[in-house]
Amino acid sequence: MAIIRDVMPAFQLYQPTSVADAQTLLQQHGSDALVLAGGLDSMDWLKDRIRKPKVVVDLGGIEEMKGIRETSDGVQIGAMTTLIEVAQNPVVQQKYRILTQAAELVASPQIRNQGTIGGNVSQDTRCWYYRAGWPCYRAGGNICYADTPVGRNREHAILDADRCIAVNPSDTAPALIALDAKFVVLTPKGEQAIDAEDYFIGPDLDITRMNILRPGYLLTSIRIPSTWATSEFYFEKVRDRNVWDFPLMNVASAIKSSGNTIQNIRIAVNAVAARPLRLKVVEDAVRGKPRNAATGEAAGKLAVQGAVPLQFNAYKIPLMRNLVKRAISGVQEAA
Amino acid sequence: MNFLEWAMSPLGQRVPIHIAWFLIWVAIIAGLIFLIVHAIYVRYFVKEAEFASSPSTSETLDLPARIPRHSLAARLFHWIMAGAMFALLFTAFLPKVGVQFNWVTYHWIAGTVLTLSILFHIVHATFYLDFWSIWPDRSDFEDGRRRLQRFLGKSAPLPRKFAKYPLENKLYHGVVMLSGLVVIVTGICMMFRVRTIFFPRNPYLFSDMTWGMMYVLHGLAGVGLITLTIVHVYFAIRPEKLPITASMIVGSMSREFYLKEHDPTRWIVDNLSQHRGTADGD
Repeated sequence: MAIIRDVMPAFQLYQPTSVADAQTLLQQHGSDALVLAGGLDSMDWLKDRIRKPKVVVDLGGIEEMKGIRETSDGVQIGAMTTLIEVAQNPVVQQKYRILTQAAELVASPQIRNQGTIGGNVSQDTRCWYYRAGWPCYRAGGNICYADTPVGRNREHAILDADRCIAVNPSDTAPALIALDAKFVVLTPKGEQAIDAEDYFIGPDLDITRMNILRPGYLLTSIRIPSTWATSEFYFEKVRDRNVWDFPLMNVASAIKSSGNTIQNIRIAVNAVAARPLRLKVVEDAVRGKPRNAATGEAAGKLAVQGAVPLQFNAYKIPLMRNLVKRAISGVQEAA
Repeated sequence: MNFLEWAMSPLGQRVPIHIAWFLIWVAIIAGLIFLIVHAIYVRYFVKEAEFASSPSTSETLDLPARIPRHSLAARLFHWIMAGAMFALLFTAFLPKVGVQFNWVTYHWIAGTVLTLSILFHIVHATFYLDFWSIWPDRSDFEDGRRRLQRFLGKSAPLPRKFAKYPLENKLYHGVVMLSGLVVIVTGICMMFRVRTIFFPRNPYLFSDMTWGMMYVLHGLAGVGLITLTIVHVYFAIRPEKLPITASMIVGSMSREFYLKEHDPTRWIVDNLSQHRGTADGD
């Protein structure tokens, strides 16, 4: 675990009150700037003195980045909306219950009151070697301390590892992928609406980042289309401590069925790779199939194809197989 | 300005982790400056090359129209190595300048191809070709000294014509060989740090300092190869060098070019009767 070394290093604090001002500041300071949303991830980095940004841009004062509003095609959630607001929003509860469930399972009530949905999807990995400030691949070095014969890798990746085996710890990310959400990102070239699954990147593309946000970029909101509203949802999070903890794994699915036949489906898992994985192969395989234990069983086996266990995380393979099975067939059928 | 990136190991040791990536741009700019300066020199200042007349031999008179220069095997090796080298350079350095793709797998596959092709080349050149033809000898250095003196305006005897390869070509081969061996040896070791089909990962093979030095050497040789590749491609497409480049494709060069640049007593084209009308020999 990271050791609290000292008070935070000195930095210049900016508290813009508009998106335009925030964007100007971020572009002006580039890689010298750290974006502060709820601060729950960022404060660790600062207090541990692992990151020493010259500038911190606190988004807490930007009202236009807060709140949930219905649009002609779904809802738009400001990136600075707290997780508790997401979990308690009646429209989200009624139409996108999977996101309610995911947000409710993030950490503790105190953290959900402070943490934002933008921060939850953009947070850094929890790999302790990385967060302890060791010069691993993700920190720009040339080794993965977790992927060694004696590395503590119980929580690490079983899929898509490429030198780095850290995993993405977000709970809301797989739910947003299942809902086919779009992440609205301000870049120096303008605004882009990016598919939720494409917001996240693995070490094969860039080993030092977990999402597409580069210096100067800003996630402003998340749009959820009505396509999957009031579908049949499933969200499950497995963690060491049920009171509050990061996920060992979570799964989210949205299913449209006719009778007992799966017409359409989106399913995603997280904490198995450096980015949440949408299981397209599984979706294709179960589309048109009856929603029962047999289909879930086959889907579970398909989902873990290519999984490579590490020294201490082999349990994640049957865990993922069973979570995918339950996400498709439901708990009772799976049992 | 730091040419190397350093980090603190978990044991509290300050270790190098890789070269500073701005060296990529230094290598590219160095290569481009060289070719610009050389192109200006050739365009405006260079004089017609003068050589001491080589002795006319009976073999010279009996030369075929096309002089065999590179065997099919040698040409295949060259182009496979070139393809692997370009793949290695692009997969290594494009991600560092912002072009993101899944580069590691392509990189070690290209590295494996390069390694195998180099192993083939060592065996082929040692047992089937004239091994010493690419290594500088005393005559090369003596002629090089004469050319340098004449270039500087001092009086010196005319240099002899080249053997099969000019001194510059031999020196270039030596530098590329050295850089290539460095990237291959360090690259093979570095493959123990990623998942490949060849051997299980073993990040404990060396100490942090040794690993760091290995990454630094790999990087330095790698950026060096950027410059060397730029220079090589530049010379390959220079008009006066095109017959040499073409010989790496078709295997032979014209008798006129051979007699103009090469000394038949230093590069003896043997078995002429067998090669007459063909272009496949060495």
